[in-house]
Amino acid sequence: MRVMAQMAMVMNLDKCIGCHTCSVTCKQAWTNRPGTEYVWFNNVETRPGLGYPRRYEDQDEWEGGWVLNRRGNLTLRAGGRLKKLANIFVNPKMPSIQDYYEPWTYDYETLLNAPAQQHFPVARPFSLISGKQMNVSWSANWDDDLGGSKETAHQDVMLKGISDKVKFEFEQTFMFYLPRICEHCLNPSCAASCPSGAIYKRSEDGIVLVDQDKCRGWRMCISGCPYKKVYFNHKTGKAEKCTFCFPRIEVGIPTVCSETCVGRLRYIGLMLYDADRVLEAASTPDDEDLYEAQRSVFLDPHDPAVVREAERAGIPGDWITAAQRSPVYKLINDYRVALPLHPEYRTMPMVWYIPPLSPVVDIIKDTGHDGEDRDNLFAAIDTLRIPVEYLANLFTAGDPKPVTGVLRKLAAMRSYMRDINLGRDPDESIPEGVGMDPEAMYEMYRLLALAKYAERYVIPTAHSEDAHRLEELATDCAVGDYSDDMGAFGEGSGVLPTVAQENFAMLKARQTADTLVGGGSKSGRVNLLNWDGKGMPEGMFPGAGSADVSPTDEAAQIRDPQPGADLGDPR
Amino acid sequence: MNMLLWVVFPYICLTIFVVGHYWRYKYDKFGWTTRSSQLYEDRLLRWGSPMFHFGILFVVLGHVMGLLVPKSWTDAVGISQEAYHFMAISVGLLAGFLTLAGIAILIYRRRTTGPVFSATTPMDKVMYALLVVVILLGLANTLGWHAAGIGNTGPVPEHYNYREGVSIWFRQFLTFHPDADLMAQAPLGFQLHLLSACVLFALWPFTRLVHVFSAPVGYVTRPYVVYRSRDERPGAGVGSRAPQRGWER
Repeated sequence: MRVMAQMAMVMNLDKCIGCHTCSVTCKQAWTNRPGTEYVWFNNVETRPGLGYPRRYEDQDEWEGGWVLNRRGNLTLRAGGRLKKLANIFVNPKMPSIQDYYEPWTYDYETLLNAPAQQHFPVARPFSLISGKQMNVSWSANWDDDLGGSKETAHQDVMLKGISDKVKFEFEQTFMFYLPRICEHCLNPSCAASCPSGAIYKRSEDGIVLVDQDKCRGWRMCISGCPYKKVYFNHKTGKAEKCTFCFPRIEVGIPTVCSETCVGRLRYIGLMLYDADRVLEAASTPDDEDLYEAQRSVFLDPHDPAVVREAERAGIPGDWITAAQRSPVYKLINDYRVALPLHPEYRTMPMVWYIPPLSPVVDIIKDTGHDGEDRDNLFAAIDTLRIPVEYLANLFTAGDPKPVTGVLRKLAAMRSYMRDINLGRDPDESIPEGVGMDPEAMYEMYRLLALAKYAERYVIPTAHSEDAHRLEELATDCAVGDYSDDMGAFGEGSGVLPTVAQENFAMLKARQTADTLVGGGSKSGRVNLLNWDGKGMPEGMFPGAGSADVSPTDEAAQIRDPQPGADLGDPR
Repeated sequence: MNMLLWVVFPYICLTIFVVGHYWRYKYDKFGWTTRSSQLYEDRLLRWGSPMFHFGILFVVLGHVMGLLVPKSWTDAVGISQEAYHFMAISVGLLAGFLTLAGIAILIYRRRTTGPVFSATTPMDKVMYALLVVVILLGLANTLGWHAAGIGNTGPVPEHYNYREGVSIWFRQFLTFHPDADLMAQAPLGFQLHLLSACVLFALWPFTRLVHVFSAPVGYVTRPYVVYRSRDERPGAGVGSRAPQRGWER
């Protein structure tokens, strides 16, 4: 037994309202730089839908993840090491920017600079890739809330085998949201695909990171990841991926996406697992057994033998305590309501999901029945095959039994808790009917419905006695201030200043400057991080005209506007 | 003058090549990448890139054969001059034209695909121009050698055998006692090829060509999944190592 600790997440899809706050805050924190415009470490998909990038789940096309070869050994679907090297000059399976979407901005300046004219000026979309005008035809959540799904949703890869049964008539369809981040797999195929060895799994907490100094831009990770959660920064030529916000995790606070989740549907905690058994579990012959196989890799942190082995493996005591308190462990192993996303990719993903009961409840309610009645719900779960089969394609490689089991538990919890909330006698046969004791069911209800911050996020701090130095480790996803103009080696080349150095330099410059505020950034952007509210930062409100208009010209124009201004440039 | 062109200048370029790579690696690990543009376009790249890269690999192999293996060795294993000549020319021309066609596709792609063109640095442009010049001169030399060899059987006095000139100079160059006269007597085509190649090598560390030295051969032997401890991060300053000061990074 080789005990390792893994930082893991569970998302309760029943509570996701599809507000995209996680995506937006994540983007603000990590990928608001040039080159990462199309990069969403966290994205929220409406299912049924195409996902991001489009149809990423079609591994016959993209060849991500692992498969068993004829001898039953685990191999990369896109081919082993030699095939990878033979394809190194052009990756045959890499998605193009069109499979994501062409990022764009709007020509806002026209709105300010347009001369007086009969029609309102329009800010046209411009591509951030080519700089040319473009028609916006797809984005990271174009089919949000089933928008346009009559045309696109039938291409959803997960509809295989059930497509004739799923209706996309508005009244008959079902839908839910699926927020996705990197899975931080136990058996990451992106890391296995990386020729440079730049992608690594941290041995302390299992977070999968890209070493930006070692990445050489071979792009094999991008096609190797079946979840398409490694992205290519097209300005720096390096791969970037979700970091599980490791600088935050190290100091014991949750990821940005969890912290800002409006529905409070995310849970973060430690899982202890037996690293020696990962390969064996990932090589389970039958796809449908992979869910149970992965669960069998996890170790019970309450088991004294496991604790002893964990201590021997150098896992600190407070980490073991955290693993014992882990909400993720409870949801995965105690209550067994969380399921992995696409276990059939054999990467042993570590972001798990509680499948949504809401599509079922909604349908019962729409037909005029009591959506919290146990018998109604159970009957509906059994008869409403379509959502169940669809969920099974997502979470259990097509096996409906575990999904049904979870949905029945969730349904039972609803009925059981309704009795309690209405002051009736709790019906103990309800939890027993789904194989839970009443106390566990109540605890599960507490965790799913009421759990406070400290219960949802049980994150031990990084065990480095000099934790204060960890701050400067945060350079795996380069967040330095790249200048917009390209140096001899392309954008962002050279040694990156650490955030602290940069802020120190900027603060010093301002303190010693004659003006109240200084430090307009070299690229014309305004850095408000250092602005203490005194004065007006340079460049915050650019002048009305462009640089070639002298003040006197402007003044003249203001005094003497062109009467009935024609459509052309008044100058 | 000969001394300057065939001894001093090549050594200056070699020095820049070596020191430049060391400096670039120390200073700019982050910028050390292929800077792939496959995300923007891959229809042309799918053809051009493998053609160019496999072509140039064979060209390099050919240069190793031609420059590093002395004539006496091939004579000793009984490869006749004609057989060698035929091999060198057929494989050389094939690889050369493959490379040339590949780089032609790549440059056409770079110029005509908007996003790719706007991601092209001035250094890239200089490098491409130089690379094309070197390849063209090299091909011209091979063709010229071939042309001079047409109709001749046996050792030909009037056609230039680089294995008795340039190759010897190159081996001397590597062992630090080059004979400038050997290069001075070589035909102009070879001289220009060498000079342009020297400039290319001097520029090399400052271009995207550095990615040649990160060819991931270690991938074949390393375990699939890499585990790293936070503490082992180079320059991390955590764990048993003393933290690095700002100027040591």
